[in-house]
Amino acid sequence: MGTTALLLLLAIQAAPSRPVVIASKPFGESYVLAEIFAQLLEARGVAVDRRPGLGATEIAFQALRGGAIDVYPEYTGTGLLAILGERPRRDPREVYDRVSREFRRRWGIRWLPPLGFENTYAVAVRRETAERYRLETLSDLARVGPELRAGLTADFIGRPDGLPGLARAYGLRFAEVRALLPAVKYQALAAGKVDVIDGYSTDGLIARYDLAVLEDDRRFFPPYEAAALVGRGLAERRPDAIAALTELSARLDVATMRGLNQRLEVEGEPVERVAADALADLGLTALVGEPTTAAESHRQGLARYLLDRRRELLRMTARHLLLVALSLAGAVAVAVPLGVGLERFSRGAETTVRAVGLLQTIPGIALIAFMIPLLGIGVLPAVVALFLYSLYPILRNTWTGVRDAAPDAVAAATALGMTPGQVLRHVRLPLASPVIMAGIRTAGVINVGTATLAAFIGAGGLGDPIAAGLALSDTHMILSGAIPAALLALGVDGLLGGVERVVRPAV
Amino acid sequence: MSALAAERVVKRFGAVVALDAVSLEVGRGECLGVIGESGSGKTTLLRCFNRLVEPDAGRILVGGADAATLDPIELRRGTGYVPQDGGLLPHWAVRRNVALVPWLRGSAEADDAAERAMRLVGLEPERFGDRRPRELSGGERQRVAVARALAAGPEVVLLDEPFGALDAITRADLQTVFLAIRRELGLTAVLVTHDLAEAFLLGDRIAVLRAGRVEQVGTAAELRATPATPYVRELLERARVA
Repeated sequence: MGTTALLLLLAIQAAPSRPVVIASKPFGESYVLAEIFAQLLEARGVAVDRRPGLGATEIAFQALRGGAIDVYPEYTGTGLLAILGERPRRDPREVYDRVSREFRRRWGIRWLPPLGFENTYAVAVRRETAERYRLETLSDLARVGPELRAGLTADFIGRPDGLPGLARAYGLRFAEVRALLPAVKYQALAAGKVDVIDGYSTDGLIARYDLAVLEDDRRFFPPYEAAALVGRGLAERRPDAIAALTELSARLDVATMRGLNQRLEVEGEPVERVAADALADLGLTALVGEPTTAAESHRQGLARYLLDRRRELLRMTARHLLLVALSLAGAVAVAVPLGVGLERFSRGAETTVRAVGLLQTIPGIALIAFMIPLLGIGVLPAVVALFLYSLYPILRNTWTGVRDAAPDAVAAATALGMTPGQVLRHVRLPLASPVIMAGIRTAGVINVGTATLAAFIGAGGLGDPIAAGLALSDTHMILSGAIPAALLALGVDGLLGGVERVVRPAV
Repeated sequence: MSALAAERVVKRFGAVVALDAVSLEVGRGECLGVIGESGSGKTTLLRCFNRLVEPDAGRILVGGADAATLDPIELRRGTGYVPQDGGLLPHWAVRRNVALVPWLRGSAEADDAAERAMRLVGLEPERFGDRRPRELSGGERQRVAVARALAAGPEVVLLDEPFGALDAITRADLQTVFLAIRRELGLTAVLVTHDLAEAFLLGDRIAVLRAGRVEQVGTAAELRATPATPYVRELLERARVA
């Protein structure tokens, strides 16, 4: 049954005339730009599939390269340094020409003309820190860095145009560097848990927290012009989509973008409305006056917020349950027979079980990232990743349970003429069933939690509001995913507990 | 022709020699008590008779046939077996446990056979048939184990310290039951025990094993009158049955 479902999913993914798949990276501005792309295409009659907050540069670009998505907003500087791995260049034109040529040549990927604003990295401190240490530039920061604690995104810590390059260019060192999610970075800075953070120059939150942005006086950060990055094949498949997106060329300036970011991140307006207004203001679409109530209900408390989105939440919960059910069913179908087989035949059983256990040590997000080049994005890679995570607890418990089941009874049953197969079927398996079910229940609960990561490869589910909420620092949105996920974990455990009561033999 | 025989049987477990050229015979309808200390090889010898253990050398004869030529599953289904701990299947009711071997053989009257065997060991099927092993006393569990060994009507029964874990009174009860059944059914039996008094009570002849070798085989009277080795003499003195 699991196999059929997987084949079905493969078939769905390979369907020929699919809509244009638009993704974003998991931060506010990327959400807004992707939504602007999507609404513009829809206004021009192009069907669109949205994958907001798909993943950081590596994941989003791999997905584009592999053809799993068609468009996402990217920055020329990121393309030059993080993707091409080249040295920084100062001139925006030069950077754009370079990435255009190289991306086209290597992967057939196009950079559409820049949208009109730059969003470079910014290093920010609290206003009072700036005043106390008289900080205006990054050179000033290098002077007092060893006294300060930095809270930086993992992306920034790792990439050559981030901390490593910055440290070299300015001789910058900190007392401590912590990796923080974009969502908590600003709160951590405001609360005084860290003293320095990285941000983006168009960030709406910089104004919200009244932060001091330090000037890049040695011009280390290369130009980061925003543009639509378009995958191979879209030009042939939907030239009209390319034409529509090109309408945005040089239309968004820094002030406009900062304003949009502020509305999304500071005012908490829904991304759909922010994008719709932007397109209307640019005269690219007619303004369809449909005031949403989300932002208002936002301030009316969590219960109201959840109630207003119950339909959507129900749909996401159903999708979540589908991911869990498919992956768990597959894992049971593989791990139970394997555990039984290990008991009967193999001397290398412990080694095998440990090898499967190693899968458990791969961080969820890394496993999911490995899946993209192999299986693209969407439900299939998520189910496969969750399947791999579920194997170990089921395999370990099956093997242990079957091996250790009532040794006296097994010995006597053998001595009285049961075949090994009969011993397995009538003695070992029934007596091991509570232990096997315990493994399945463990896997089920872990699975519900891990499935929230599926949002990062566009598989949907309750991870969507969690990822988006983290990116937008929106607690209600995070909880609207986390609370149903917790309830679902309890529900799945309870349901499997019911199954256990049915299969467990009365002793 | 003897019912069971061992001919120069050798069994090694790694460097340990469990059976060192053991030869003995069990006549039809006879009960052989096998006695020895832990590690003397008595359980290993018992397990050779239903091919739970395969000898490294020598032969086991069952009803005159070389056991190695018999199908092990059929051999075991045709041989009663009572382990020390009962070995009842904890998730099966008593009746189903007792009916195990007839059921394995596909008998349509497995439950009837089970109830007959239960009456034989003094368990009323109406009262005990639907209970789980957990709900029985130690003595009742061993009665079930004996009934299970007998349900398919085997000619040979192998007993591995069947009453060793019971209290003295229960043990005496079960020994009496076993004696009566054996006589009634004319069973051939091999009974492994570390209790010399039990061997003398239940065995027509006794085999004394020590470190994988047979020290002496004989009736209780023969052992008392002419102990073959100093070990046998000492054993009898220690057990105060001489």
